[in-house]
Order: sequence, then C-alpha cells, then structure tokens
Amino acid sequence: MPANRFNNHTDYGIGIGLRVPHYSHILEKKPVVDWFEIISENFMVDGGRPLEVLDDILEQYRVVQHGVSMYFGSADKPDPAHLKRLKTLVKRTKTPWLSDHLCWGSVDGTYTHDLLPMPYTFAAAKRTAEKIRHVRDYLEVPICVENVSSYAEYHVSEMTEWEFLTEVVERADCGILLDVNNIYVSSKNHGFNPYDYVDGVPHNRVGQMHVAGHTKFEKYILDTHDHPVLDPVWKLYAHATRRCGVTATLLEWDDKIPSFDEVHDEALKANEFIDGAKDARKQK
Amino acid sequence: MKTNILAKGLKPPVRHPPRRLKSTEDLRVLQRLMTHALVRPLTPGQRTQRKWIDGRATAKVAAEFLKPNARLTSFERLEIYNRMYWFRLIGVVTADNPGLGGLLGEKKFDRLVQAYLARYPSRSFTLRNLCSRLPGFIRAEPKWTAPHSALAHDIARFEWAQTVAFDGEKRPVVEPEAIAGRAPGRIRLGTQPYLSLLELNFPVDEYVTAIKKRDALRAEASNTVDASQKVGRRGNKVAIPGPEKIYLAVHRLDGRLYYKRLEAPALRILKALGAGKPLPAAVGAGGKSVKPEQVKQWFTTWMKLGWLCQALPRGGSRGSGRAGRPSLPPSASTLD
Repeated sequence: MPANRFNNHTDYGIGIGLRVPHYSHILEKKPVVDWFEIISENFMVDGGRPLEVLDDILEQYRVVQHGVSMYFGSADKPDPAHLKRLKTLVKRTKTPWLSDHLCWGSVDGTYTHDLLPMPYTFAAAKRTAEKIRHVRDYLEVPICVENVSSYAEYHVSEMTEWEFLTEVVERADCGILLDVNNIYVSSKNHGFNPYDYVDGVPHNRVGQMHVAGHTKFEKYILDTHDHPVLDPVWKLYAHATRRCGVTATLLEWDDKIPSFDEVHDEALKANEFIDGAKDARKQK
Repeated sequence: MKTNILAKGLKPPVRHPPRRLKSTEDLRVLQRLMTHALVRPLTPGQRTQRKWIDGRATAKVAAEFLKPNARLTSFERLEIYNRMYWFRLIGVVTADNPGLGGLLGEKKFDRLVQAYLARYPSRSFTLRNLCSRLPGFIRAEPKWTAPHSALAHDIARFEWAQTVAFDGEKRPVVEPEAIAGRAPGRIRLGTQPYLSLLELNFPVDEYVTAIKKRDALRAEASNTVDASQKVGRRGNKVAIPGPEKIYLAVHRLDGRLYYKRLEAPALRILKALGAGKPLPAAVGAGGKSVKPEQVKQWFTTWMKLGWLCQALPRGGSRGSGRAGRPSLPPSASTLD
C-alpha cells in the first residue's frame, strides 16, 4: 500500500523537513536524503533567496509540498490569490502530492496562523470536503489532509475525530497524511485510545505519515516539534505501519533544531519500525 | 492597555454560540467567536482576560462552546490557544524588527505588538506580511512608542523594507544596449519591486546595525560564559541617535540584503523612475543643481546593482499581493 493514488503512486521512503539552519549543509555536503518536505508558504514569494535555494534543492532532491494555511475547514472560501500562488509553486516543484491540515484558522479574511481543531459535525465535514475537492481540482495534484494535534473540543461535535477525518476524506475522495505524533498528543489531551484512532481510519487512503517530538506539561501535552520522537509515538507509528503498509514518512523538527545529521538520524530510526512491521505482515 | 480594541476586518461575535452546527453559516459563527477569543490581547501577566468583550466572564463564554475535561476547564483550554497565538505572533514581529525591539525594550515592544495586532490582525495567509502596517500604526498611535515615536516610525519603515528586499520580485534588468540610441523622451525605466527608497529623519541604518552587533555580542556571551558573567540587558546601551536626514536604498544583491545611502537628488530621480516618469522628467526631478556627470555616475552604479528594470505597463501594479513568510528572516541576513 505504500504507493497509492493519494501520493501519486510514489514510494518515497523517509524524508525530513527542509529548514533554514540546514540550507548550507545540504547545499555544500549534498547528503543522501530520500526526500524533503517544504512548507509551501515559505516559497510562495515573488523572488529572492527562498526561491534560489529551492531551485538548488530541486536540482538534486525530491520535494513534497506541505502547507499550513489552506485551512480546508474554514467556512470562508479559498482565497483565489493564495491558490494562484500555490499552483505556481506546484508547477515549480512538481510535487507528486500536496498536503495541508484538516483544521481551520481564518474567518472573515482574518488569519490566526494556528491549526485550530474542527467541530466534528456532518455539516463541517461536508463543507471541508467541498473545499478539498475545489483545491485539488484547481491545483491538479493529489491532496492528503493531515490530522492536527488539539487542546480543545467543541460541544457541538457529533462524532470522534477519526470518524470526522474518515467522513471528510471519503466525501472528498482524498488521501490522509497520518500524523501519529498528533494522534498521540490529542489522545492524551482528550482521553481517547490512540490505537482506536489508527485502527479507525481508512488505511487505503494513507499517503504519508508524520512523526515528531512533543512536550509534556502538567495538565496537557503540546505538539512542539522540538524534541526527538518519544517511544510511545514510535510504537504507534509501528502499529500504523502494520495497518497501512510502509508509507512515505517524514520527521518534523521545527524548533531548537539540531544539526542536519542529528535530525536525519532521528528520522532514519523509522526504518527499525518499518522492518518490524514488514516482519509482522509476513508472519500473517 | 485598552482591551476592547476592534480588530479591523473581523465581524463582531455572536453573544451565544450555535447549539447545533447544521450549516456553513453556523460554522462561520463558531469560528468567528473562537477567533475573537484568540486575538484578544493577553493581560500584563500574559494570561487570558477574565472579562469578555461584552463584560461577561470569559470563563462563562468559553464554557458555552468548549468542553472541559478532567484536568482543564473550558477557560483553561481556550487560554492555551490565546497564549499560543500571541507568543507566536510576538515572536515573528520580534524577529523581523530587531531594531525596534532594541529601541523600545521587551515590555514596551510587546505592548506595541499587542496593540498593533489587536487593531490589525493578520489579513494574509502567511506571516510574511505581518509588519506591513506597523509603520502606519506607529504614526497613527504614537503613544505606544513615545517619547521616540518619530525614530520608531523610521526604524519600522527600514525593517519592513528589509522584508520587501528579501523576497520581493526581481524584474528583468535593463541593459545599456537596450536603450542605446533611443530618444531620451521615449525611455521609461522602472525600479526593482524589491528596492525600497526611504527618506528618513534619523540615521536608523547605523542605529539598527549597532543594536544587532550588541545583541550578537550578548548571544555570543550567553553561549560562552556562565550566567553570572552574561552581558546584562541594561549593559551596552546603544545611544539613541539625534535627528539627521538620510536617504536610503534597501535592496538585495546575489540573494543578500544591503542598504546604501544616497544623495537626496539621486533618491528623487529613482522615485520618479519608479513612478513611471520618462527619463528626462525623472532626471529633472533631481533638481537643477545636479550635474550631468553625477547623473551618469549614478545611473552606472544603479545599473551595476541591477536596480533599473523595464517599466511596468501603465496601470500595472508593483508586486502581487505580497505573500509568504521569508524562510530567512531579515534579522538573520547579511545586512550590516
């Protein structure tokens, strides 16, 4: 199941996020990396160094675009100027698929720059799916939506988060970027079993996975992306890999970013769990 | 700080959230309510305000739309998002405005940012444009930067110009051969969209450079000596400059940021070119005292730096909506 129509029938392996502190290392040392994930918005600019760096990277590496501001779940319509810029970047990177979050973050044209949790209702799922279809049709590239970590829930919700995710992706006929760290963080904040979540989503739609580190506070867990991946998240990742098959996986490390080698080594730990998952599937 | 500032562009929240969510409009109403809660400035102790916009308890409002759990009340769950919103945005504005932060100090700068973003929350899909209205806000509401409002205004303009220079559009440069032999009156040149031409009342270039050097020294100190030897925040004060008229071009070359002081007539000529005036009229904007040799020398330099480009067609707009946050913030650039 690694290559499916939601990741454009690719088999990308293990990637890491392309981040500013690593630019010189990557461009000078040219390390072997399966692929890089870029934050689309960082490159939706008119010119300058961001695009120069991107072009250098594109000459040597496979790149997948990951967005943080499409806000599929916002009631507002997608901003045409945003879509136009995104399409220009899609043409530049030739990203095989594009991901963004199953969340909202803007209303009345005002942006919070946060990934806010959805109310898990059928009406919200319908609206969200419509927007995903609209964006996919405009961009002409497969889309995977990522589950976010959250710290609050709404009274109006009518289903669990994984039921909502399933409702949206089935309606939109799109893929899932399964972030197992986010599942773990939300499970602790809301008191559900993260394995129920992984078991409950349509595995055939998972086109990519994310792993990351988080930070524990006294009463909640924050998705900080500033640590190595914790053991419970790796275990959940192994479970998800057994369920979904070996899937393109990316380590997110966005704050207190260590050396390139440290980040890459952390990402490559996924191989241990992938091997374990392969063995488990063979035994079946 | 005034706590009920009306955010530009955001419609007022409903008094009570929908009990059931059955339509896109219900979704919008709920999202608008949550957004109001997020963009509400924090208290001086960096907590969520206890009172809601209409005077009710925020805890009561939060309980109407957010579930509590065994460890956190609805209010506390809302507060996580409210604090994250402000910490994130203040961090971005701080990174983009090291000079302004240095002038005002941490507390005063944070109050300015909260007042600014409470009035002008982001209207762009990325954080790159967050400070585009900051100079105008400083001028409109000088109380946040008093007694150095004029200087703060100049610094904010200078630092926004660096964002523009960092990732602004580069148009094809004009080569001398392209205009050789053409009648001067028929020649229209443009200036690069990434180039900002600033007429300033303070030598902010020197001041911001001094602030950055001081902060770099502090960072160096904090990495190399123990805490007791750290350079104190009050130490190494950078002298606040007195008024001095300067003319500045903020630009980039080979992907790096630079600024260059100009003579007043040179700045006027460049501005006239940027405004689409034909070559003779633009040169005339420099004034009668400007000698032809000077103009020739200036144009030679500007062409070498790639500042002159093909003029935009009449009615064309500069830039295109300005999107995207720079991957390399200006503060991390080589502008010095």
